[in-house]
Amino acid sequence: MTQGNRLSGGQIDRNTTLSFKFDNRSYTAHPGDTLASALLANNVRLIGRSFKYHRPRGLLTAGSEEPNGIVELRTGNRQEPNTRATTIEMFEGLEARSQNRWPSLKFDALAINDRFSNFLTAGFYYKTFMWPAAFWEKLYEPMIRRAAGLGSLSMQEDPDECDKGFRHCDLLIIGAGPAGLMAALTAGRAGADVILADEDFALGGRLNSESFALNDGAAADWAAQAVAELSALPNVRLMPRTTVIGAFDHGIYGAVERTGDHLASLPAGKPRQILWRIYTKRSLLCAGATERPIAFENNDRPGIMLASALRTYANRFATTAAQRVAVLTNNDDGLRTAADLHAKGVKIAAVIDVRPDAPINHDYEVLRGAQVSDTKGRLGLSFVEVALADGSIRTLECGALGVSGGWNPNVHLTCHQRGRPVWNDDLAAFVPGTDLPPGLSVAGAANGAMSTHGALRSGAEGAMKALDLKGSLPDLPAAEDAPASQTPFWYVQGCSRAWLDQQNDVTVKDVKLSHQEGFRSVEHLKRYTTLGMATDQGKTSNMGGLAIMAELAGKSIPETGTTIFRPPYTPVPIATFAGRMKGKEFHPTRLTPSHHWAKERGAVFVEAGNWLRAQWFPLPGETHWRESVDREVRQTRASVGVCDCTTLGKIDVQGSDAAAFLNRIYCNGFAKLAVGKTRYGLMLREDGMVMDDGTAARLGEDHFVVTTTTANAVSVYRHMEFVRQCPFPDMDVQLISTTEAWAQYAIAGPNSRKLLQKIVDPEFDISNEGFPFMACANITVCCGLRARLFRISFSGELAFEIAVPSRYGDALMRRLMTEGEEFHVVPYGTEALGVMRIEKGHAAGNELNGTTTALNLGMGRMVSKKKDSIGSVLSEREGLNEPGALMMVGIKPLNQEDKITAGGHLMEASGPVDAAHDQGYVTSAAFSPTLECHIGLGFLKNGGARQGEKMRLVSPLTDVTIDVEIVSAHFVDPEGERLRA
Amino acid sequence: MIIDHPLLGPRDSSEFVYLGDAALIDRPDWQVENAAEAFYDYAYLRGNPAGEHRELWFHESGDRSWLVVTRNTVTHEISKVELARDVARAQGRSK
Repeated sequence: MTQGNRLSGGQIDRNTTLSFKFDNRSYTAHPGDTLASALLANNVRLIGRSFKYHRPRGLLTAGSEEPNGIVELRTGNRQEPNTRATTIEMFEGLEARSQNRWPSLKFDALAINDRFSNFLTAGFYYKTFMWPAAFWEKLYEPMIRRAAGLGSLSMQEDPDECDKGFRHCDLLIIGAGPAGLMAALTAGRAGADVILADEDFALGGRLNSESFALNDGAAADWAAQAVAELSALPNVRLMPRTTVIGAFDHGIYGAVERTGDHLASLPAGKPRQILWRIYTKRSLLCAGATERPIAFENNDRPGIMLASALRTYANRFATTAAQRVAVLTNNDDGLRTAADLHAKGVKIAAVIDVRPDAPINHDYEVLRGAQVSDTKGRLGLSFVEVALADGSIRTLECGALGVSGGWNPNVHLTCHQRGRPVWNDDLAAFVPGTDLPPGLSVAGAANGAMSTHGALRSGAEGAMKALDLKGSLPDLPAAEDAPASQTPFWYVQGCSRAWLDQQNDVTVKDVKLSHQEGFRSVEHLKRYTTLGMATDQGKTSNMGGLAIMAELAGKSIPETGTTIFRPPYTPVPIATFAGRMKGKEFHPTRLTPSHHWAKERGAVFVEAGNWLRAQWFPLPGETHWRESVDREVRQTRASVGVCDCTTLGKIDVQGSDAAAFLNRIYCNGFAKLAVGKTRYGLMLREDGMVMDDGTAARLGEDHFVVTTTTANAVSVYRHMEFVRQCPFPDMDVQLISTTEAWAQYAIAGPNSRKLLQKIVDPEFDISNEGFPFMACANITVCCGLRARLFRISFSGELAFEIAVPSRYGDALMRRLMTEGEEFHVVPYGTEALGVMRIEKGHAAGNELNGTTTALNLGMGRMVSKKKDSIGSVLSEREGLNEPGALMMVGIKPLNQEDKITAGGHLMEASGPVDAAHDQGYVTSAAFSPTLECHIGLGFLKNGGARQGEKMRLVSPLTDVTIDVEIVSAHFVDPEGERLRA
Repeated sequence: MIIDHPLLGPRDSSEFVYLGDAALIDRPDWQVENAAEAFYDYAYLRGNPAGEHRELWFHESGDRSWLVVTRNTVTHEISKVELARDVARAQGRSK
């Protein structure tokens, strides 16, 4: 197909022809085109269907404010929904598809919605689908989602990467139109470190879209020269294709650079987009202005566009939406569109100017004091009905209508820290207020300087002020300085199906309905009608809605107020925020010292925070995880097992006040712990709840090693630093985390000492007498390797934990396996570890869940009342010490086959099953290979006195009720004889 | 946000962990007569000002200093950053 709507001139490269597809049909374009300009050049006006009524829609704008021209871009796993055709830079082989239509764009079955528009007005969903409530999730919402969809996701993994980066500058200039370029020249020549960012691929802003001159040449040429000068300055960084999306605290800006979206394929290893965090000393917003439409009956037909957009397509992209064009305007700027199109040979059907005193033009007809009363054309505009000043109606034939209702300064970033724009009567628009983000100032059209000269001048002034530059203004190029002249005109009286927000399908009628039903504040209006809540944040629609609401309320627009904007300025894909933090890279992965060895053994791993821990070690022939876990438990209890427990937090505590410090952080006493001994410690929060538990080993008078649970290693360390630095700043105690410095293994089972004796150097006595239960010592192993040995047990067996410097961890594990062959040593994972601690009745994360006290855990007497420790005072509160308080108990099924369900609740053997009769709940459950039945730990009211009681365990969630018996939590070796063997 | 660390200079707030009101430094004496009440206030009751707020931040990805940051909760302006240990000592806290 030929590009039938191409005009002369423009900033496209005619020497190269690109081919692209829209809805599977092939077209041609040139470098410099956007998808939007290329579609217009090929006489494609119909681009999509509207959100609610499925009305045919085309382009409204030529920029990022586009509400309608939204397409699915690319194919397969690179398919991206909801991209704006106006911002998609053309590349060879581009493929795009229209959205929200079925079966085809030209015949859409759901266009029937348009016939029922009377029922689909604002608030329709709230009113209609209220009842019955259950229908909402199952029926209404899926149905509405199908009908009112935008694009669809590919549901495949995105093969491309996005990245993140950091930049710093003296002055960030946002927008490279006349104001931004002049500001960058001024700041750059003065030697300041400048970043100039613009969302477009061609820098210059409106200078690239206008036909007027700067100095003696084309405006676009001046822009190109300015860009060339800036490129040569080493202190200026140009960032085209970069949208500054948000103004954050302390001069930090978020920006998205589209580094690869304009390429047919990404070079290997290059990111598609980069999310920049830009740290600025000062910033200057030169974001320009956005033209606003005028609402009239059926103003959403393809071909009805902003007048400035028609001018951009003609001057920059050398294309027109149609060969016969009309213009509707309330201001002089709209007249430029007619003049420029006429100069390019496009037939001007007429200029419809609402002003009775509009200037006359001799090249084409100007209908003064006229308005558009309706439009016609099924899939695109063919006729415009004009109500003339004398009251008669005239029909104009045209394929496009340019609409200009004046310009709104792009104040968005000035609102990101709750700044409120203020009304300017001369411009009939909101301009930035005084409560700007600190460090930000505004120049150019964004600040209401609407003429080119005004923009250039305020850009130069803005840069000088921001950088505190002395001297006179730089020479400015000669440029037009037309006064902004317009008659506020928002909508044609009497219209109802006149669109304000084309992306969310909000009409003038909806705003009137909102007013009628009492939703009159701007915030209510927005939420009731969804005006301005689409992905374009109402850039072209908010003002119209506000003006109509103001009129209905009999107030002025400033009295009515405006909603404000929040980041991001334009939509950002979630992938860009995620960057490389996806899949396995979502968080860092920490590997234990025995990881590679465990992998060789075929271990199954489980994530524990950032750590990967061996969960169990399957042997050939084992088909179910329980087989492996049961074997690991049995073999450990029968002989000896080894488990990597490096992930437990280790905190080295040193200083003359080390013991006194531990006395503060643990509720039980540590001052009298002898050197060479280890003690279990329970740590409370200040509110008296249990925070964490672990052990503290006293390796010297002034030296302890504290262990924490894996989960709380970071927060406990933070807490200990808090106690040391804030409430007790003069304690002589130093802390350092040594979790990664030591590889630590638990060696458990009756043969654990025998195994250790094979590697511990002979000068160290680890017999029961020489190294009794809870002993600790610095020792050497394997002929001189320094190590730490602790005689502590989590499994209930005779057990030790041995620590060596991490780099020897792998070697030590292999050595233990070799030396342990004669004892049939077994490596065990976290599952067997968990089973054995439940069998022994040790509390762990499930029990230390932030809602339990020392009393609940059966350790109430551990809380010393003879000393000050964190949490000791509040742990004595009455409510936490009631006689019937929850106590940890063991739970066994009466029927050996029954399974205990963690999360299930305990009820009396008979009586009602409801919350009022709840007696407690199960926190941990496992199959015990030692007892050969399922067992559990849980909390039961007055549990200490209820051993032997028969109860019901109820799990309504899984629909299970079983009979259980309350027993001691210590299922295995309750007397602790094995520990001390 | 940027926190101007008294020892390390300006650092991005993402390096820090927030705790809350700097009043948490003023831990009551466990032996005073109304200790239970004093600890109840200490643990549960905080001012919630719209304006200047002195609060504790921990430089977790840095030097592990606890800091007292004076921040305006309305504008996020940070007017002062001190080492919490210095603040605690100045308030007469010791061991």
